[in-house]
Amino acid sequence: MSALRLRNLQKTYPGGIRALDGIDLDVEPGEFFALLGPNGAGKSTIIGIISTLVRKTAGEVQIFGHDLDRERWLAKSQIGLVPQEFNFNGFETVGQIVLNQAGYYGLSRRQARDRAERYLRELGLWSRRHTVARTLSGGMKRRLMIARALIHEPRLLILDEPTAGVDIELRRSMWEFLRRINDEGTTIILTTHYLEEAESLCRNIAIIDQGRIIENTDVRSLLRSLSTETFILDVRGHVADMPTIEGFPIVPVDESSLEVSISAEQTLSDLFRALDRAGVEVTSMKNKANRLEELFVRLVENNTDSQREPA
Amino acid sequence: MLNGYITRTFVALRTIAFKETHRYLRIWAQTLLPPVITMTLYFVIFGNLIGSRIGPMEGYGYMEFIAPGLIMMSVITNAYANVVSSFFGAKFQGHIEEILVSPTPNYTILLGYLAGGVGRGLLTGLLVTGVATFFADLNIHSPLITLSVVFLTALLFSIGGFINGVFARKFDDVAIVPTFVLTPLTYLGGVFYTISLLPALWQNVSLANPILYMVNAFRYGILGASDIPIGTAYLIVGAFIIAGGSVSMMLLNRGVGLRH
Repeated sequence: MSALRLRNLQKTYPGGIRALDGIDLDVEPGEFFALLGPNGAGKSTIIGIISTLVRKTAGEVQIFGHDLDRERWLAKSQIGLVPQEFNFNGFETVGQIVLNQAGYYGLSRRQARDRAERYLRELGLWSRRHTVARTLSGGMKRRLMIARALIHEPRLLILDEPTAGVDIELRRSMWEFLRRINDEGTTIILTTHYLEEAESLCRNIAIIDQGRIIENTDVRSLLRSLSTETFILDVRGHVADMPTIEGFPIVPVDESSLEVSISAEQTLSDLFRALDRAGVEVTSMKNKANRLEELFVRLVENNTDSQREPA
Repeated sequence: MLNGYITRTFVALRTIAFKETHRYLRIWAQTLLPPVITMTLYFVIFGNLIGSRIGPMEGYGYMEFIAPGLIMMSVITNAYANVVSSFFGAKFQGHIEEILVSPTPNYTILLGYLAGGVGRGLLTGLLVTGVATFFADLNIHSPLITLSVVFLTALLFSIGGFINGVFARKFDDVAIVPTFVLTPLTYLGGVFYTISLLPALWQNVSLANPILYMVNAFRYGILGASDIPIGTAYLIVGAFIIAGGSVSMMLLNRGVGLRH
């Protein structure tokens, strides 16, 4: 039984805009799953359909075996949603927002109070429980939405770009928190534009473009398919005086740094041996782009090319 | 399993109803105080200053005659305003999604919002009744009719507010119906006069105004006098409640204005 099972999911908005074009997807229980795609690819539409905020045109959605059309109550009880936009009542207090959410899921007052305390403490909001939500900082508002989504302890947590606009420190602490609840058994589906986030957190990944899934695999296999990787090297001396390094295409970036590409058959040791032979001293090195980002761009570009009508 | 469903649905209903009640109590200066001040002015100006020159109407002092109508007017306006503004506000700010993503059934959402509207309507009616007692002797002729009519009227206009809230896309849409429909119908609904004063043609036209039935039924409950048969009033209010409730449920089930 999958945590989430989508079959032939289709959505055409009024006006004929086809947002989803037959999505098939399985997310297994306990997974930390990333749904990636460029803007307008259909990620939010999928989440909207799962959370019933968007009506599907066709297809089937099952959550832990419960059909969203036929067993709506059971299916919806399994889901917690952290949307992209802040969507709480800014005039209510932090405490009221999470307690109300508990009420919508039918939790008793005692259960609601206990869980509210637990999750607000875990997310560093307990001291703010009497604070009116609109006065919170952006990071606190994000954490409030996570606490609200967890109050009924869903088995499937869906986060739509949860760390958008969040500073690095807070982003890291949110990652830690999400890893912990995933370790405790909660299945997590995440959409994000930060591919570093997907690479760091998720075991499996689906890339969606133009309403179709163009890749669905585990992150490691996907990264192994990367044919070349590009690095930026800072070197001692002037780049203009650099000799040619055989087997490694080099592009100067500025006076003291250069860009070098390594194919899947080559290793970093090969590069350093060649640089050493040429008498080039490297002072520091970094990836030009996140590896997943490189793959993502390539896959989406390929998909766009294949969809393009021949001239 | 059925027990669990009933309990959870009841908890969800209680949550929405409490949230709605808390909302209008929290902003009492915007929700409860204005009708009290407005109705006090009505009593002073129409009832006391002008009314003293009008003389009795249907055998009652003018102040006594208009008191039930003014109470009903505040109930209608506030029940409607509460639901339309709260539901549209929830849509506008997006927090209606908190309820929509939860397993709360649609009828529970509707009942929860109606509970808020009925609650504010009745509370305002009670406050205005308190004001009225300073100006007129109100001896309730039939408590059962009085309470049932005021409750059903608050319910009906809460439903009206809900339907308006579902369709509203901007703040202007929230104000249009109260300004251009409710206020004229209320003023022409026999609050300040008995329709027997009107020419035959306008008497017949007035009978097409549903608010006339509610105001007169409520006046009957308090004074024992009415322009229309009480049974007809119940029938009309009941029919509107069933029709409005059905439309509200249809809108929620189809997700009109809520689910894309």
